[in-house]
Amino acid sequence: MTVNVHPAQAGEPVFYLVDEHEHAEGASTMLGFWIYLMSDCLIFAILFATYGVLGGNYAAGPAPKDLFDLPLVAVNTSMLLLSSITYGFAMLSMERSRIAATQFWLAITGLFGLAFVGIELSEFRHMIHEGATPQRSAFLSSFFTLVGTHGMHVSFGLVWLTTLMVQVWRFGLIEANKRRLMCLSMFWHFLDVVWIGVFTFVYLLGMLR
Amino acid sequence: MFNNPDLLKFIFGRLTLDSLPLHEPILVGTFVVVATGGLAVLGAVTYFRLWGYLWREWFTTVDHKRIGIMYMILGIVMLLRGFADALMMRMQQAMAFNGSEGFLPAHHYDQIFTAHGVIMIFFVAMPLVTGLMNYVVPLQIGARDVSFPFLNNFSFWMTTAGAVLVMMSLFVGEFARTGWLAYPPLSNLGYSPDVGVDYYIWALQVAGVGTLLSGVNLICTIVKLRAPGMTMMRMPVFTWTSLCTNVLIVASFPVLTAVLALLSLDRYVGTDFFTNDFGGNPMMYVNLIWIWGHPEVYILILPAFGIFSEVTSTFSGKRLFGYTSMVYATVVITILSYLVWLHHFFTMGSGASVNSFFGITTMIISIPTGAKMFNWLFTMYRGRIRFELPMMWTVAFMLTFVIGGMTGVLLAVPPADFVLHNSLFLVAHFHNVIIGGVLFGLFAGIGYWFPKAFGFRLDPFWGKLSFWFWVIGFYFAFMPLYVLGLMGVTRRLRVFDDPSLQIWFMIAAFGALLIFLGIICFLVQIAVSVLKREKLRDVSGDPWNARTLEWATSSPPPDYNFAFTPVVHDNDAWWDMKQRGYQRPLTGFKPIHMPSNTGTGVILAGLSMTFAIGMIWYMWWLAGSSFIVLIAVAIGHTFNYHRNFHIAADEVVRVESARTRLLGAGAKP
Repeated sequence: MTVNVHPAQAGEPVFYLVDEHEHAEGASTMLGFWIYLMSDCLIFAILFATYGVLGGNYAAGPAPKDLFDLPLVAVNTSMLLLSSITYGFAMLSMERSRIAATQFWLAITGLFGLAFVGIELSEFRHMIHEGATPQRSAFLSSFFTLVGTHGMHVSFGLVWLTTLMVQVWRFGLIEANKRRLMCLSMFWHFLDVVWIGVFTFVYLLGMLR
Repeated sequence: MFNNPDLLKFIFGRLTLDSLPLHEPILVGTFVVVATGGLAVLGAVTYFRLWGYLWREWFTTVDHKRIGIMYMILGIVMLLRGFADALMMRMQQAMAFNGSEGFLPAHHYDQIFTAHGVIMIFFVAMPLVTGLMNYVVPLQIGARDVSFPFLNNFSFWMTTAGAVLVMMSLFVGEFARTGWLAYPPLSNLGYSPDVGVDYYIWALQVAGVGTLLSGVNLICTIVKLRAPGMTMMRMPVFTWTSLCTNVLIVASFPVLTAVLALLSLDRYVGTDFFTNDFGGNPMMYVNLIWIWGHPEVYILILPAFGIFSEVTSTFSGKRLFGYTSMVYATVVITILSYLVWLHHFFTMGSGASVNSFFGITTMIISIPTGAKMFNWLFTMYRGRIRFELPMMWTVAFMLTFVIGGMTGVLLAVPPADFVLHNSLFLVAHFHNVIIGGVLFGLFAGIGYWFPKAFGFRLDPFWGKLSFWFWVIGFYFAFMPLYVLGLMGVTRRLRVFDDPSLQIWFMIAAFGALLIFLGIICFLVQIAVSVLKREKLRDVSGDPWNARTLEWATSSPPPDYNFAFTPVVHDNDAWWDMKQRGYQRPLTGFKPIHMPSNTGTGVILAGLSMTFAIGMIWYMWWLAGSSFIVLIAVAIGHTFNYHRNFHIAADEVVRVESARTRLLGAGAKP
């Protein structure tokens, strides 16, 4: 911020701003949202830690090798990774103020996200059908909680995405909407990073266990 | 229709007429008193037609000053409830000897000690600390408001909703009987099938959202909205400790959220996280909750340290000794607070190496804390000390807190802890640091900043009476517990066999009675000060000849805090301005951009509370529908893009000229 000196006081110490620029609206939003994301990250850290401690407690029940279908998880992972790329395209279009292209890429992102949640739900349904319920063992409790919490975040992101698409459609790419799209972008990529952790730590390491 | 049990079960879930504690005379009596008092307040508000005023000017406000005051009121009201619990416990323990069962049945006594801990930490200490930070920090850094004013209002109402849930458990159903951290397996459904633990979980989850968001908010405020010239190393120490506290909040409350969510899954879904069978591990819970719980005590004490720093340097008339070391000590404590959690359960059996590590890290924390103590002492050294009330609290803190700190180092030695674990020695220790540190700090802060918030000082006579009752009462109440703890008495006992112990409990009960008088005097002090406000009036805005920016504006400050944003050249910015002949600007006022009030925070918090009630009582229809409405209202709120307005230049001129006239009429500039 520039300090504007009152002409009468030049040379004297300046104790207040005579001519003040208004704080740009939402100037702290990115920082605030980032700090919120880090707190969310901590929730995942706790769930990962819980899985780390309890993940081997099968209680004579099914183990990862009996349950996980790696090709399906690979497809699922690619859905989420692709959705991150398409969100990136949406942001590029937003920077060029192209509303239609932004909306198009947002819609594609939403579809990939929907596919991810759908595949995950069918995986859960399959496991529960085989008797591998969250109540069966501490391993399954922590597995369903960690993966399910991530899935709930993605679902929440989908609701948010839809809301933003409506808002962009109603009000255009105004400054506030750009800021909101930026926040969702951080959220969406954050979920991607968490998923890479889940994929490695839960699925890949689980198959090696 | 009312004969259909399935329908009733669908509508009311677990709630039946038996859930109302009509057979407990103590609770019925309390309910009558609370209900009468509540109706009287509601009636008075209606009679004086204050609803509209309260709604427009207070409930929906986004002004950090008003939100701060509402936090303080919440904390003081809940202090009365938490202290009533303490008094009942002290009476019970003093009576239950020689075959007497005392006056509290076991299931009621267990709820009382749980509620006392939960209320005092979450709904007394936290709101009071958050309230002071909310009020003071933006003023100290020369800002007009916090970064996210709406979130601030929402945070307050979420905290209040949590407090309402705890209060509700007193008359509808029951509260947890598990102790304030609700360790499983006791808190699992098998051993606590009633609503108590569910009240506990949802009250903390709802209030936790508020605490977390207010943490994010204040960090952003301090990082982004400081006045030009105020570098990090020129921030007032209270702002520094607030920053560290809010970092701790953001970095620890999600852990509480997660671990309580896991406990709720165990209770609602039947998962096996903290069970004894199917591979669950109850010690996992104990570890996780203390990873939140230990930083929590520093969340409370750091702002108190900040208050003492401001008070000491103001009332000694000197710059704070060792500012830089004070800041580094605060940061070191912030970091170390994450490396000590295991000292709460050395007896878990994690082995000598792990226990030694955590014992040593715990002892290391006493080094930065000791450095702070010496900084305050050296600030006082050769200062012109004025023993006004805030300074008296500070001196009492220094004496008391050092005792608590030393017993803390004793407890940090693992072999000693194996003897003292869960004993009354521990209870005496943490009351020693929380009362002697946090509470004394809050009283110092209230006395110090009250004239800023209301434009008149607190009455010193009743304040001193309250001070002496509190300090002497504290020593009477807790020193006997050290003795009892060393003799091996464990905490949370309801009846005793050994009659030789009774005298110590009698002394402790006497101490609690003195503290009761201290609280009464505090309330009288506020009432008397309001009545005598013209005599205690301060028009200068700087009644203590203080040093930091909040004293540069009027008391109470205008909505916009500062007509012109201040420019900072020194650590003690306002002192520097006074020394160098700062002249208050009288012309050139401009419109000021401010956030608009909104009722959304109240509505969202109310819906969250309804959702929690649905979850607690298994009224799934209520939980489901209020959750859907909650999401809908939140989304609806985002469609409002016009959240700001301008205070017209004329209005600023009017407010500022009124102050000029006041200052001209005899007050010093």
